[in-house]
Amino acid sequence: MSALIIDIILWGSVAALGFLAWQRGRTVLVSSAREGTMDFIHIVPRIALGVIGSGYIAAIIPQQVITGWLGPNSGWSGVLAAVLAGAATPGGPVVGFSIGAVALKSGGGAPQVIAYVVAWALFAFQRLILWEIPFMPARFVWFRAAVSLPFPFVAAAIAMAIGRP
Amino acid sequence: MSLSDPLSKDPAPGLDEAADSGPNRGRKRKPIDLATISIAVLVVISAALVYRRDGAEGIWEILRHDLTLFSGILPRVLAGCLLGAFIAEILPHEKVSRSLGPSSGLKGLLIGTAFGAILPGGPFTAYPVASALLTVGADFGATIAMVVSWTLIGYGRAVAWELPIMGTDFTLWRIVISLPLPILAGALGRFVYLRIYPKDAP
Repeated sequence: MSALIIDIILWGSVAALGFLAWQRGRTVLVSSAREGTMDFIHIVPRIALGVIGSGYIAAIIPQQVITGWLGPNSGWSGVLAAVLAGAATPGGPVVGFSIGAVALKSGGGAPQVIAYVVAWALFAFQRLILWEIPFMPARFVWFRAAVSLPFPFVAAAIAMAIGRP
Repeated sequence: MSLSDPLSKDPAPGLDEAADSGPNRGRKRKPIDLATISIAVLVVISAALVYRRDGAEGIWEILRHDLTLFSGILPRVLAGCLLGAFIAEILPHEKVSRSLGPSSGLKGLLIGTAFGAILPGGPFTAYPVASALLTVGADFGATIAMVVSWTLIGYGRAVAWELPIMGTDFTLWRIVISLPLPILAGALGRFVYLRIYPKDAP
């Protein structure tokens, strides 16, 4: 159901922007559609490698290993372990959030789990390699990941300061 | 005088043609690069380890699952690429570099953050669109703000995955705590960028 909504919004946006391009002339529409299609053709092999290969990477990094890093460590050493665990977590959002939920239920501290989720969202290595590098200039991707490094710690600090969640 | 007319007009269509149909207009497409090779190596090693542990059955099971995933994602990747290409075409370069370029200040970071937060879809839209913004004149700072905002405060992943798995309380507080981060990340990105690449300074 939510997949259907995503597709409707997505192709609706494509149609709306395509219409705007068409208003500037047929050649504008045709050339940019061709440009997008060429991008697609160039990206497909990389996405294929990433998506089809990521199952194997996820299979050899079992969730228990990651959950172990998110264990009972508290304080800043726990935050550091959580950040490393977030960066190393393979697979999609289900895996990342499930590990976070398990950590919360088994007594992990909220700031540590916040740091884990934020680190995973910012620089999970598999998403960098699978999604970001194929689409964006590599120089930008590494730069963005490096600049993002402090922010899981900032998020943990805010969580500790306000005592939430 | 009559000669100068066709002469002056002649180069224009040729240039337009080259600009429109050149395969590298604006964006450069990378050949097979180091990152791709390293993933390929990583995948082969992982697959070998899976084979040793689970045998051929394990290899097939993962392959079947991932092929299904891949075929589902493929049309969305196409949509994302088209979105990126249309945005690169429609958005006026001059306006984008004014509102999202290196001298756009806090306003540029705020626009990037807002854009990332409302962008629909998943990674298949966020990254092509971010790439298109870079092409039409956004700087690293504003683009970082957009990507970080999409990943941290974008509603897509939060509603679809985080809310049901992590619960409302955690998700809402996680988002509240994340609110300042895209702007801070964009500002840090700009600060560092100017020190690494001083020649690109505005």
